[in-house]
Amino acid sequence: MEKTQNNKAWFLVLPVLVLVAFSAILPLMTVVNYAFNDTFGQNEFFWAGIDWFEEMVTSDRLHEALGRQVLFSLIILAIEVPLGIFIALNMPKSGFWASFCLVLMALPLLIPFNVVGTIWQIFGRVDIGLLGHTLAAMGIDYNYTNDPLDAWITVIVMDVWHWTSLVALLCYAGLQSIPQAYYQAAKIDQATRWSVFRYIELPKMKGVLLIAVLLRFMDSFMIYTEPFVVTGGGPGNSTTFLSIDLAKMATGQFDLGPAAAFSIMYFLVILLISWVFYTVMTNLDREENR
Amino acid sequence: MSRITLSKLAHSYNPNPTSDADYALKEMDHVWQDGGAYALLGASGCGKTTLLNIISGLVRPSQGRVLFGDRDVTDAATTERNIAQVFQFPVVYDTMTVRDNLAFPLRNRGMDAAYIAKRVGQIAQMIGMEADLNRKARGLTADAKQKISLGRGMVREDVNAILFDEPLTVIDPHMKWELRTQLKDLHREFGHTMIYVTHDQTEALTFAQKVVVMYDGRVVQMGTPEELFETPAHTFVGYFIGSPGMNLLDAEVSGSEARLGGVSLPLGATYGATTGRTQIGIRPDYVTISDEGLPVTVKRVEDVGRHRIVRAELAGQPLNAILAEGQTVPADPRAAFPPAKINVYDNDWRVSPMGA
Repeated sequence: MEKTQNNKAWFLVLPVLVLVAFSAILPLMTVVNYAFNDTFGQNEFFWAGIDWFEEMVTSDRLHEALGRQVLFSLIILAIEVPLGIFIALNMPKSGFWASFCLVLMALPLLIPFNVVGTIWQIFGRVDIGLLGHTLAAMGIDYNYTNDPLDAWITVIVMDVWHWTSLVALLCYAGLQSIPQAYYQAAKIDQATRWSVFRYIELPKMKGVLLIAVLLRFMDSFMIYTEPFVVTGGGPGNSTTFLSIDLAKMATGQFDLGPAAAFSIMYFLVILLISWVFYTVMTNLDREENR
Repeated sequence: MSRITLSKLAHSYNPNPTSDADYALKEMDHVWQDGGAYALLGASGCGKTTLLNIISGLVRPSQGRVLFGDRDVTDAATTERNIAQVFQFPVVYDTMTVRDNLAFPLRNRGMDAAYIAKRVGQIAQMIGMEADLNRKARGLTADAKQKISLGRGMVREDVNAILFDEPLTVIDPHMKWELRTQLKDLHREFGHTMIYVTHDQTEALTFAQKVVVMYDGRVVQMGTPEELFETPAHTFVGYFIGSPGMNLLDAEVSGSEARLGGVSLPLGATYGATTGRTQIGIRPDYVTISDEGLPVTVKRVEDVGRHRIVRAELAGQPLNAILAEGQTVPADPRAAFPPAKINVYDNDWRVSPMGA
């Protein structure tokens, strides 16, 4: 049977296109405008070509922020993914406690980002914070406002607290979709716990894990609010991640040109990494099907 | 390999069963002989799978014991029982190759590589998948996956028993017949105890030496196909085995005579008094329609290819008969029952004749 081609259907996409144009594409164009021009206010622009881009690409400040950013994303992925899987494996499969755990796990996800930041900012304070004060009372020298390592630990623990649930819930959904017969067959085949994980649970979770890793990577690579509230990028520049640096540059120093060039590259980098990541993972999948 | 004994076994999925109806399996005592080929036959939901899962240890019975040989395994985990089970729907390890799938149970038991390679080769040949050994199991058809499941079930030579839970449901008819034949060959060759769950009587009767018929959580009869056919112990067996099933007619039985609808019928033996609903049962295959016997009203005649089935009524009760080749239904049809082929049922259970 021949399919009828009706190109008029494309008009149905128009409303979305208009909306997206006004909410995303046009504002982005403003950024593009700033990236290629220099301005001294009064809406006067001077063509700057790719000067800003050159400045940013060679900027040590940006390299350092990028380094910190990559390190941060890798660390939280290395913690949250295995931890999320571990939690999902140990959550009850049904009954009251299953619902209880689900609600409990969902709670951190429901808290607005700046509230999460504020919670941890206070929680970690040595003078009034439960965590900071307890650690101090135990004789541990902990102060996230002075010590870069403490600041890093605080920001990472906060992110793990905030987002591991997402990985756990996604994995849990993946695990719930495994028919009971698989576990029964594994018992019959005398498989070890590890084999059950390796050959039944992990393959079934692969799809959701891919999404979890992608989401967590993108989010952590763009992280702004929480560390900004807790450490403000400090002490010094030690927790200044890319977006914090960007905001400092744009709204703090009012260097709109470099900041615009920076954000365009930032956007493209995230897009590129996500695309590469997704392509590699889906290709692996296809290879296996052969 | 060992004899499997079920002693005072009963199971309820309800933690606090109060009445008989709460039990998926009613109390039973059965012995499954070592090396026997059994078919577990019954309608859906009668407890077949529960019984199988209890034997394999996937379900712990709420009452009674399970013994392998003389060893009590009621509380032993599935892994300790060394038993194979093939499920209704294919279970394969997607990320493994067909070869690894087949080798998996052997590797888990720590067999040596040379033996595994040889054994996997044999099994692959048996299920006809030698050419696909290096393929990933994912992406194969349901048919092929189920063959792998069957292969995985048969790969261990030292198992105590192999349990099949309607394994051929998803397989196409031609392959079904072939695999069933292979299972029989396998049984003849290695003498494993095999229990084969099915709701298809042809499958049960061709596979097994002994057929176990279950009805409503009970084993109602355990016998050879011939016993099930000739002397069904329960009306359900009569109705379930044979096509069409046994004719069951309400009657009054006294001594060696049955009375139904004002006419009397001689029985092959003498029976004691019955206490509940009394029925006589006779296979359609033994009813002859001619101009002798009890008067019947013929409703219709169905041609099913090999023979024709007469759907009739005798004293207001439905009666089926199988018409011999070339035979016609006379204008004034009558049905004759060979007395020796009549069974008597009291409250659905067969009554043994006196002096037998």
